[in-house]
Amino acid sequence: MALSHAEVRHIARLARIGLSDAEAERLREQLSTILEHFQLLNAYDTDGVPPTAQTFDLTNVERADEARPAAGAERVLANAPRREGDFLRVRAVLE
Amino acid sequence: MADGDSASHAAFQAASEVTAERLLDSPAHEQARVLRTGAVSARALAEAALARVRAQEPALHAYITLTPDEALAQADAADAQLRRGDATPLTGIPIAVKDLLSTRDVETTAGSAMLRGFRPIVDCTVVARLRAAGAVMVGKANLDEFAMGSSTEYSAYGPTHNPWDLGRVPGGSSGGSAATVAAGGVPLALGTDTGGSIRQPAALCGILGLKPTYGRVSRFGVVAFASSLEQVGPFGRDAEDVALLLAAIAGHDPLDATTAPLPVPDYVAELGRGVEGLRIGVPRELLGEGIEPGVREAVEGALAEFARLGAHLDRDVSLPSVGASLPVYYLIAPSEASANLARYDGVKYGFSAHDGPGMWDDMEQTRARGFGDEVKRRIMIGTYALSTGYYDAYYLKAQKVRTLIRREFEQALATHDLLLTPTTPGVAFKLGEKLGDPLAMYLSDLFTLPVNIAGLPAASIPCGFAEGLPVGLQLIGRAFEEGTILRAAHAYAGVTDWHLRRPSALAAGGVRA
Repeated sequence: MALSHAEVRHIARLARIGLSDAEAERLREQLSTILEHFQLLNAYDTDGVPPTAQTFDLTNVERADEARPAAGAERVLANAPRREGDFLRVRAVLE
Repeated sequence: MADGDSASHAAFQAASEVTAERLLDSPAHEQARVLRTGAVSARALAEAALARVRAQEPALHAYITLTPDEALAQADAADAQLRRGDATPLTGIPIAVKDLLSTRDVETTAGSAMLRGFRPIVDCTVVARLRAAGAVMVGKANLDEFAMGSSTEYSAYGPTHNPWDLGRVPGGSSGGSAATVAAGGVPLALGTDTGGSIRQPAALCGILGLKPTYGRVSRFGVVAFASSLEQVGPFGRDAEDVALLLAAIAGHDPLDATTAPLPVPDYVAELGRGVEGLRIGVPRELLGEGIEPGVREAVEGALAEFARLGAHLDRDVSLPSVGASLPVYYLIAPSEASANLARYDGVKYGFSAHDGPGMWDDMEQTRARGFGDEVKRRIMIGTYALSTGYYDAYYLKAQKVRTLIRREFEQALATHDLLLTPTTPGVAFKLGEKLGDPLAMYLSDLFTLPVNIAGLPAASIPCGFAEGLPVGLQLIGRAFEEGTILRAAHAYAGVTDWHLRRPSALAAGGVRA
């Protein structure tokens, strides 16, 4: 299950991770080895077997829709890389 | 002092400090007993713990952040609580907290450069509960970045060393928590376990570590990695300590919808019930090939000991699909991680690159520079497994095989009270040994991964030594039956002394180069 260089670049783009050419090549080799190992799953017959997404069968946990006190903008913005007044500063989204 | 004699005051101070230093080597339940007598203050115990941890840090590097000011303030509050007579079993007990757990206003890095300097605005639920119980947090323990790893070498803040052999890894991802408890810096620590991250380091460091049932302990405020697999859990030097810490953190939390609305049993009260008549199954697939001879020998010795204690051993137990655990885990966990870690975009908090030509370049550079190699590798695996055209073949297939593994465990535990396996195939490996080979690193969690896949509780308990290094065995219980695991660990410790062995070079606070 060898990945191509283009496939690695495609996945990296989906994941929004910048990669150097050397990193992309190293990941291509490592991911190919790991994906090869995953082929082992094909030996297991799962016809008619439902998937498990969680192991404890809780469903529809709800809480009352009530306003509660929040931390406040100042505390939240204290961790922001860039701010302008009470706003997060971001790069232009529309170019 | 009542007599106002400053010389005798100084002598009393000196004597009480010696006592605090010695008390640090006792289990937490013994520390709590002495604190209640007033012979040693929580402040003196906290100072002793901080002094020992500081002396060990150059050799161990078990912590990312030490919190001495917080610890001393909490110790003073604990002393007031003790004087008022409303102390809990954890009041004044020094404790380390894995740096994946959010602590209000205290830097929480998750072992990643991405979160350097990040100060959460709230405590996670388990830390809030420890604060309310009067525990004294001495620091934030080192871990593999975002809890992804099995050696603590993937921490962006440098590796932790194993106190039994400083050239070896403590295991991971909760390696700092395990190492500081094993070295005697603190009697208790919290870790998290997504695929073995509590049990594997507990085994490699020669202490107890327990992963609770999925849903037993709140994950609110824990930096998310793989939400369907991870749990917070305790490390300690004996079963009673682990029982006390589990009792303090377990239970329903309105802030985490995946916690079970079930009462928390009195784990300590159950400890003395012994193992006579307990049915212990030994799944043959987990005691087969690939286990180091010394590990096998120690586990066989423990099985004989359990038989002598009156447990019924059954070696005719099979988990036919358990061999698929590695691919199942390394598809599901990275898939969940790729979604959870999408939040690190350099906008709201955390590392941010902003020197590129535009928004997308900045985001790609933020993640390129903020994440380490293993984290990128797992995000890439998960993104691939969830991408169009591969979802059915990888992610969905893994979830279906997860059902098979889960059913087989349920079946085995319908006729057995516990399952017993080695915790790890081998003892602590050398620093750097598996860094170039991700798959070899993943294989060190071979026996612990299936338990997270099935959502069951399990603990690693010390059961011997091989090549001078600790060996752990794993006890797996039924969902929400942590008490049976702890009870078996307690009975075993009553007839063995593995849990009392300490790494000599560091136990007294000494530092070996």
